[in-house]
Amino acid sequence: MIISVASGKGGTGKTTVSTSLALSLEGEVQLIDCDVEEPNSYIFIKSENLKEISGTVLVPEIDKKRCTYCGVCQQVCEYNALVVLKDNVIVLPELCHNCGGCALLCPQGAISEVDREIGIIKTGKYKNVELIYGVLNIGEAQAVPLIKKVKKYINRKKDVIIDAPPGTAHPVIETVRDSDYTILVTEPTPFGLNDLKLAVGVMRDLDKKFGVVINKADLGDREVYRYCNEEGIEILMEIPFDREIAEGYSKGLPLIEQNPAYIKQFRDMYKTIKKLVYPSSERMVK
Amino acid sequence: MKIIVTSEGKDLESNVDQRFGRARYFILIDTDSMEYSVIENEGAQQSSGAGVRASQIVINSGAKYVLTGNCGPTSFDVLKSGGVEVIVGVSGKVREAVEKFKRGELKPGKGPNVSSHHGL
Repeated sequence: MIISVASGKGGTGKTTVSTSLALSLEGEVQLIDCDVEEPNSYIFIKSENLKEISGTVLVPEIDKKRCTYCGVCQQVCEYNALVVLKDNVIVLPELCHNCGGCALLCPQGAISEVDREIGIIKTGKYKNVELIYGVLNIGEAQAVPLIKKVKKYINRKKDVIIDAPPGTAHPVIETVRDSDYTILVTEPTPFGLNDLKLAVGVMRDLDKKFGVVINKADLGDREVYRYCNEEGIEILMEIPFDREIAEGYSKGLPLIEQNPAYIKQFRDMYKTIKKLVYPSSERMVK
Repeated sequence: MKIIVTSEGKDLESNVDQRFGRARYFILIDTDSMEYSVIENEGAQQSSGAGVRASQIVINSGAKYVLTGNCGPTSFDVLKSGGVEVIVGVSGKVREAVEKFKRGELKPGKGPNVSSHHGL
């Protein structure tokens, strides 16, 4: 089963929930941090000896001996990543979406595709958790190609927890698109509610099963609860606003290591989710 | 000599469009005869790479100079590579800009005058 942990608003507790959920489960679990612009699960899942793999995309390279500067590649490119001059072709790799159309359609066969590194994928192990995360190179504009590379490491035979990027834009959609269930972490504040509504809209458009975890639960007001009730959205778990939790977090301590009483709550949430994903039979394999 | 001025409208009395990549129109003018033609900037609505697409249009037009308000780094470099000089900080009516250019009052910039995605 693949469970994504997302949120509209940033800083609501995605990493708190995803790391502790992964560590609470019995058996081997994958934790995949898809927030490649700012991964932080590794701070809590303290894996030593991380393996590093280059994350690359294919971009065009022009063979100037064959090129006749006809301009077909430039016309084909939907993203304006190529400029054809009288005696030169400029490739703008940061605009390229790696579709391969230019290489396919070049009448001279003058375009080949070469690897360009956009980030690093790191993998490691801590307790029962296999950690996999991507780190996008600074200055890269597109997170999605690296998220796709990171997701290739998903092993569907295991339970998989995915820490999603914040927001509701393309990187989030790419992250959750093949999840069985998505946990939306929010906080009971006007900002939390506003961004929760946006995230719920995304889930409904994608036709995804989802539920809500309310973090810092005794803060703010009751509007998030009222919204969830009205919309029939399951509240899976509440985590109180607690200085000790914040202090533990600031030291890189997973919630369930700081307070093991939460292990049962996370396991119960997992069971609830499993029933929601596989409603007909609990005997089904994960 | 042929030059291009970015323009909000389709004639010489229009205002110079302050954006290069997302300019509404490019007015291609022969500075000797003052004859001109209008090129619609089909790239103005592009989600990304509008400046690159615009630069390609300008290069293909055969213009030697482009007069505009602001130009970012990518467009500036592409235009330079295509042999087009960029003059930024131009405003007012297109006709006035061309007259100033002909009197030698406008000089090409040494680099872009705004950062990427300025005109979004």
